[in-house]
This record gives sequence, C-alpha cells and structure tokens, in this order.
Amino acid sequence: MNIAVLVKLVPDTEASLKISGDRRYIDKSDVNLVLNPFDEYAVEEALRLRESHGGKVVVLSLGGDEAVKALRNSLAMGADEAIHLVTPTGLDIPGTAGALAGALRDKGFDLILAGKQAVDDDCGAVGPMVAEMLDIPHISTIVKLDVDGGELTAHREIETGIEVFRTSLPALVTAQKGLNEPRYASLKGIMMAKKKPVTTIEPEAVTARTEVVQLNYPPTRPPGKIVGEGVEAVPELVRLLKEEAKVV
Amino acid sequence: MDILVYIESRGGKLRAAGLEAVSGARKLADLTGGKLNALLIGTSLDAMAGEVEGYGVDRLLLAEHPDLENYSPEGHREALLAAVQESGAKLVVMSASALGRDLGPTVAARLDAAFLPDCISVEYVEGRLTVTRPVYAGRCIMTLAATAWPAVVTLRPKAFLAAPREVAAMERLPLSVSLDGKIRARMLEFLTEAGEKLDVTEADTVVSGGRGMKGAENFQLIEELAETLGGAVGASRAVVDAEWRPHSEQVGQTGKLVSPTLYIACGISGAIQHLAGMRSSKVIVAVNKDPEAPIFKTADYGIVGDAMEVLPALTKALKELN
Ligand SMILES: Cc1cc2nc3c(=O)[nH]c(=O)nc-3n(C[C@H](O)[C@H](O)[C@H](O)COP(=O)(O)OP(=O)(O)OC[C@H]3O[C@@H](n4cnc5c(N)ncnc54)[C@H](O)[C@@H]3O)c2cc1C
Ligand SMILES: Nc1ncnc2c1ncn2[C@@H]1O[C@H](COP(=O)(O)O)[C@@H](O)[C@H]1O
Repeated sequence: MNIAVLVKLVPDTEASLKISGDRRYIDKSDVNLVLNPFDEYAVEEALRLRESHGGKVVVLSLGGDEAVKALRNSLAMGADEAIHLVTPTGLDIPGTAGALAGALRDKGFDLILAGKQAVDDDCGAVGPMVAEMLDIPHISTIVKLDVDGGELTAHREIETGIEVFRTSLPALVTAQKGLNEPRYASLKGIMMAKKKPVTTIEPEAVTARTEVVQLNYPPTRPPGKIVGEGVEAVPELVRLLKEEAKVV
Repeated sequence: MDILVYIESRGGKLRAAGLEAVSGARKLADLTGGKLNALLIGTSLDAMAGEVEGYGVDRLLLAEHPDLENYSPEGHREALLAAVQESGAKLVVMSASALGRDLGPTVAARLDAAFLPDCISVEYVEGRLTVTRPVYAGRCIMTLAATAWPAVVTLRPKAFLAAPREVAAMERLPLSVSLDGKIRARMLEFLTEAGEKLDVTEADTVVSGGRGMKGAENFQLIEELAETLGGAVGASRAVVDAEWRPHSEQVGQTGKLVSPTLYIACGISGAIQHLAGMRSSKVIVAVNKDPEAPIFKTADYGIVGDAMEVLPALTKALKELN
C-alpha cells in the first residue's frame, strides 16, 4: 500500500508566543518548533499500515526551510521518503491544499493521512480540501482505522459519539488523538533519516484568497479572586455565583 | 450580498449551533443588505422548518433525500452546492461544529472559495469581510479578511447567540439534490456512550475534573455537582490518558472546545492546552489545593482546598439554594 502523510512544523504548544513588530506573524526565532502533534498520529498510523500491508510511506511538507525538520522527524520515526514543497512565504489554506494536492495527484497513493488540525493556524481544513481537490472521499477526525482489501472503515469522533464510516480507496483521513500512541524515533532511526531522500518541489504561485490583517493577544480576563480556603469558603462562593456572577 | 446559512440538525432535531449560525449569518445579511437563505438537509424536515421561523431567515431551502438522513461529506456537499446555485449566495455560513469543521472546507474547496474557519466575530465594512478567530490554541486572536469571493465562514459554537428576529415572511422552497454515485464515504452506524448524555460542548455548565481528583471513583463528586447544576462532566487530558474518563469528555486543545456560562475546574492545574479549550467560558471557578496553580490566573473565583471536601459541600449548598 502506498501511503502519503501531510506533516507540518508548528510551535510547541507550551511555548509562550511573541507577535512580530508588524503584528502579522509570530516571531519564531526563540520558539521550539515541533512536528504537529496530530501529524504524529498520522505518521504513526501510516507506519503501522505499512507494517501490516507492505508498501511505502511518503511524507510531504509545505513551507520554508523549517519544514525539512518536520520531514526529518517523520523519516526518523520510519517514513521512507520525503517531499518538501518549498514556499518561502506562507500560503493561505486553499493555496496550501492546492499545492499539496498538486504534488499528490496521479502518484498512485492508496491512502493519504493528515492531522485533524495544525496547532498553529487551528484551521482543520487542509485534509478535507486536499481530498476534494483530488476528488477522493475523506473521513476526518478519526480515532480508529481499519483497512482491508480496497476499503477502509474509520471511526469519526463528533460531539456526541462516534460515526462509523466506510469508503473505498483511494481515500484521505485526518487523525485525532486516540488513533494510536506515536512511537519515539530511535537513535538508529534518527541516523537513518539523514540518509533518506528528500525531494524538493517548487509549487506554482497562487493568489491568496484571504489576508491576515493582524494578530493580537487574547483579551486578558479581569483578575479573579481567591474566595477562601476549604469548605469554609463554599457559602461565600455560592453567594458570589448567585449575586455577583448571576450564574446559579 | 446574498448569504446562505446551513442549519445543522441531527436525527430530526435542530442543533443549537445551527440556530447560532443563523443569527451570525443574519448579522452579515443586515450588513451586506442581502437576503438570508437557509438550508436544512435530511429527511422529514417540515417540523424543523417550523422551528426556524422567527430567526430572521428570508428563504428556507429544504433538501430532503433518503440518502441525506445521515451526514456524509459528499452528500451534504452536494446539497450545499445545489443551494449555493439556487440562491446565488456569495457567502456561505455554518457552525464550526464537528460537522461544520468537515463540511466547511469540503464545500470551500469545490467553490474555489476563501475559507475563514472558526470565527468568533464577523464584520462586513465597505465590501470587505473581516473576521476574528482564535489561533495557536487561543494564545493569539487573528483578524483575517477575505480578498476573494465566494467565501465560506464557519462560526465557533457559542460565540454567537441564537436571537429571535422577525422578517416579513419566511418562504419555503424544496431543493432537489442529485446524488447519483456521489456518496462514496457512508456512515454505517453511530456509536454513543450510555444514553443521550449532555455533551460538554452543548452544556451551559461544565464541571471538569483533573488529576487532582486522585482516581476514577472520585468523579462521582464531579458528576453529582454537574447534575445539581444541570451541566455536563468534563475532564483534563491527564485523567483521560489515565483512562479515568472517556476521551469524549476531554476539554482542551486535543479535546473539545467549550464556552459554557459556568466552568468549574476541580483538581486541574490549568495547563495552556487545557485553557485552550475553556478560556472563553463566561465564568470560571477553580478548586485546587495549590494556591500557586496556574488555573487561578484564569479563574474568576477560586477556592484553595481539597476537592474531595469542597465538592460535596458545594453540591449541598447549591441544592439548598434551589
Ligand atoms: C500537544 C498537547 C496537547 C494537549 N492537549 C490537552 C487537552 O486537550 N486537554 C488537557 O486538559 N490537557 C492537554 N494536554 C496536557 C496538559 O499539558 C496537562 O498535562 C494536563 O492538562 C494536566 O492535567 P491536570 O491538570 O488534570 O493534571 P496536573 O497538571 O497533574 O494537575 C493536577 C492539579 O490538581 C491539584 N490537586 C491535587 N490534589 C488535589 C486535591 N485533593 N484537591 C484539589 N486539587 C488537587 C494539583 O495542585 C494540580 O494543580 C496536552 C499536552 C500536549 C503536549
Ligand atoms: N504546510 C503544510 N504542509 C504539509 N501539511 C500540511 C500543511 N498545512 C497543513 N497540513 C496538513 O493538514 C492538517 C490540517 O492543517 P490545518 O488545516 O492547517 O489545520 C495538518 O495536520 C497537516 O497534516
């Protein structure tokens, strides 16, 4: 089975972020960048499928030089090949999806995996968009995947439960937490990753359909108060919730 | 500019997020001076159509088809595309619910549209659509503008209030959708945990427990408090990973986004990834035995103490209040 995985490098979720002077970007100079956590699940699932079905796992990332780190990390986990779509300046979401779809088209992939969302832009859109652009079915936010013959069954997580979907291959799925426990790259994996091929592609320029006007820090919540300690504070808390906050 | 809003329903019932999207879309229709078209998808839509009345919809399109009873990305996509065609809408609005997060990009790709997901505010000034949306798990708010039409916008649940609104008269129109061979990914079944539990994303009150609850058995205290308040139970990732609670209850970056009126965090430290899922709650209460716990920085009211003692007392006091 030939599997493609879309991976992106994002700021570590713990990092405190600094907005750039022009207020349109995050200053990435001091931020630890990591493989998007949802993409780790996607890579892990691809590796497991390769282990049981054979084939190869190709990882793709679109971005500047930093994207290579996402690819190397995925190769170190065990992916076979990597493709870097070089775009020094970021594209908007349809642009990103279009460039990735262009690189995937007619390459004979049976399955494409992406993350549920990238924890930087938090869009959760690139996966379904790529599927539509390739005209293949997709199932997003999955927590379980079974592939047999030319079909797959996936558990899609929604607010109130799990929707069990079935579709034919080729297809695209996006990974949610719960799908698996990603492996750590071994030392050997890290060494081998350095020797694995990374192909570079320059996608065609596209016109953006959206423009970032500004980034701001979220409004700070007014300072709260410690009502008191232990059980003795309960009556006062209830009074505040009733009379001040008016929520009970 | 004419607008199309998709009103989400499940199992023949409107979803709260669906009517919220209608109100968000109504605002845009007022700002653009356009008509508000709305779309219901499924089977037996008449009863739901009646409920939409009074929320400011000018024209309601009804896409009825046996194959549209359950959600499928391709089936719903076809209905949406037919409705866009019928209405001539240049702007498509829906909720950023689990369904909308899937359908929004699907439709946007087919329309070759600008995509503005998970918005908490929308504006239309001098022909320019501008939205704000949380990014980096809520550590920043992005102001994003569409520079091309059409555009697809999804609205974060609970960021917009479903508000009654009179319009002259709501016209109803059946919409025929051709699905021949279009649906390749189909839902086989729906699995849901014991009964129709109130979901954390829909509850007005959420009582969440973290590792400080010490064990799965102590979540009974959380459940009792949630029940007293008519709310839902939430959990931190630490307790979901420990398998004390199901993943469906996890609040945060890798779990669910909630914005209830009241959020009570018990034995939760307040890690950034947890805050990402609940910081937009209206009132936040924290119970934690460590006065230095970061959650107290975000909470409106805090009690420093042992949750095992504070929770029963709080439940009791609230019961007496009612
Ligand atoms: C990529 C990524 C994604 C993540 N996504 C999420 C997410 O979606 N949701 C999420 O919650 N976390 C998420 N996390 C994990 C997050 O970083 C924290 O590890 C987690 O939220 C901690 O859970 P906790 O507060 O329950 O546990 P702890 O951090 O262990 O906190 C327990 C708290 O309980 C208090 N306590 C102890 N005993 C008592 C007592 N008897 N009474 C009262 N208080 C007591 C302690 O003082 C402490 O503050 C994510 C992490 C990463 C790296
Ligand atoms: N620049 C990119 N390069 C490769 N994959 C990407 C890129 N951006 C997004 N993706 C994939 O799409 C998923 C969802 O991203 P997003 O729609 O940006 O939230 C990610 O988890 C990745 O799998």
